[in-house]
Amino acid sequence: MSTVVLLVLTGLGLGALYFLVASGLSLIFGLMDVLNFAHGALMSIGAYGTWWAASGRLPGAGPGGLGFVLAVAFGTAVGTAAAVVLELAVIRPLYTRPREQILATVGVGLAVPALLSAIWGADARPFPAPDALSGTFGLLGAQVPLNRLVLIAAAVIVLIALKVFLGRTRHGLVVRAGVEDRAMVTALGTDVRKAFTLVFAIGGAAAALGGAIGGLYFGSVDPEQGTSLLIFAFVVVVMGGMGSLTGAALASVGVGLVQQFANYYTTDGLGDLAVVVLLAALLLVRPRGLTGRLA
Amino acid sequence: MNANANANANINANAKATAAPPLLTVRGLKVVVGGRHILHGVDLDVAALGTTALLGRNGAGKTTTVRGILGLVPRTGSVRLDGEETVHLATHALVRRGVGYAPEDRGVFAALSVAENLRLAERPGAGEPAYGLVYELFPELRTRARQAAGTLSGGQQQMVAIARTLLNGNRLIIADEPTKGLAPKVVAEVARVLERAAETVPVLLVEQNLAVVRRLARYCAVIADGRTAHRGPAAGLLDDPDAARRLLGVGHAHPHTQPHARPPAHPGTVQDQEAEA
Ligand SMILES: Nc1ncnc2c1ncn2[C@@H]1O[C@H](COP(=O)(O)OP(=O)(O)OP(=O)(O)O)[C@@H](O)[C@H]1O
Ligand SMILES: [Mg+2]
Repeated sequence: MSTVVLLVLTGLGLGALYFLVASGLSLIFGLMDVLNFAHGALMSIGAYGTWWAASGRLPGAGPGGLGFVLAVAFGTAVGTAAAVVLELAVIRPLYTRPREQILATVGVGLAVPALLSAIWGADARPFPAPDALSGTFGLLGAQVPLNRLVLIAAAVIVLIALKVFLGRTRHGLVVRAGVEDRAMVTALGTDVRKAFTLVFAIGGAAAALGGAIGGLYFGSVDPEQGTSLLIFAFVVVVMGGMGSLTGAALASVGVGLVQQFANYYTTDGLGDLAVVVLLAALLLVRPRGLTGRLA
Repeated sequence: MNANANANANINANAKATAAPPLLTVRGLKVVVGGRHILHGVDLDVAALGTTALLGRNGAGKTTTVRGILGLVPRTGSVRLDGEETVHLATHALVRRGVGYAPEDRGVFAALSVAENLRLAERPGAGEPAYGLVYELFPELRTRARQAAGTLSGGQQQMVAIARTLLNGNRLIIADEPTKGLAPKVVAEVARVLERAAETVPVLLVEQNLAVVRRLARYCAVIADGRTAHRGPAAGLLDDPDAARRLLGVGHAHPHTQPHARPPAHPGTVQDQEAEA
């Protein structure tokens, strides 16, 4: 029983991480038809930004208490800025050439980890975690690491914030409409490209936040972390239905749980395969994903 | 050629009849999509008053003309709105100068509610949106405000599309086949609303239903194979069975329902006969 509890919460924590990456990926694809292969790199930037700040290099930031909160905010901000630069400098000029656009994001996705390892080395660096988040708590006989709760809470807050943004604000309305029919949004007098930048900023922020607190989960940062997570985020996006936030949330939970349980009860690594099998099975039954559309 | 001489005569007649300069002047509009030349040079004037109909057979290039005017497809040539050249403008910038557009497929956002569809058409800084007018013309849109637009009937969706063009006190309304696929009663209602809108805002109307054209349009332009084939008063064209048959291909069946369909082969009701055939 205690194993099951631990596996469930670890699976949910992993799912939370997937959701933080997949939510932005899904919105970007839904609105802009851009598959952003650089999204994992944005997560890595968030992770390294946080690690850099928390290891005492940013005044005021540090590994504990408010200093850690500041470090996470810094890492998230750097990732957000990187996402905006990516959209303005790489995606926008290639807007009419989708193939080159994809190649460019692949290029950035490869260049960023290379750059990170050139500066800080290819080896994993220990991630300075605050004491308050390093412990465990008891639940139904299991000792569950606290960082799982941090991840789950962050994902739930991001989900709610995105829902409120999409459902209650004019910009959110433009994004939802743009997911359905971009041309018609411009034909009603709204510059949809501003929404592109905004969606990149939001998606980048979520991914960078995932990187920042993902360091807690993994206990270290390394240049390839974001990129290796990206593939599962893509699985989540496809399963959830391109452009659907609720779908991405549900699929994140499913993928995280299946992966954890399969990895534990069968051979390590089979869980990753099980996720791909799950994707194939779902697409056979529901070709448009769990939801089919943004909600 | 005979057709050209005819068109020129009609353009002269048109120029004489129109005192005010046209609101929209399109010259030499060319559109190439995916390497295919679709428009080879369309000339078109939208009168400063009333409705101007844009006619032509299926696939002639009417929708492409409208999308070219709006910049929804890459275009070259000249599109002047009230004297100002707009061909270099992005679609949203042109629209903000006061153009309302109801596209051929209605362009309603299916997953959004009726109210959200209308809210999207509001233009910040363009004054108070005219919800009073919209709800007076389409009371149903108020009661269905929270309904997802995708679950509306075709006629109701068309009302949403037209309502979006009426919200902003536009200078020009462009409606692409607003009566397509609608039941006769709804066609009459849409025609009534457009007629009323055209009292205050000039309308460029793409329409295959010739009874609606006859009722609404003062002037018309006919597109054939991506070129302007004819310009002149609408009644002049509709009352000339030969020209109508040659330019519009009426006589070939087309499926639109007529608001005032009469039995065919009635002497003196040529227009209805044409429209129906
Ligand atoms: N995006 C596109 N790519 C390729 N060809 C196109 C495209 N859009 C339109 N066409 C072609 O251009 C021609 C004109 O099409 P358009 O839709 O403008 O005609 P239309 O007069 O509006 O016809 P209808 O009465 O059927 O609405 C057609 O032959 C059509 O197949
Ligand atoms: Mg058309």
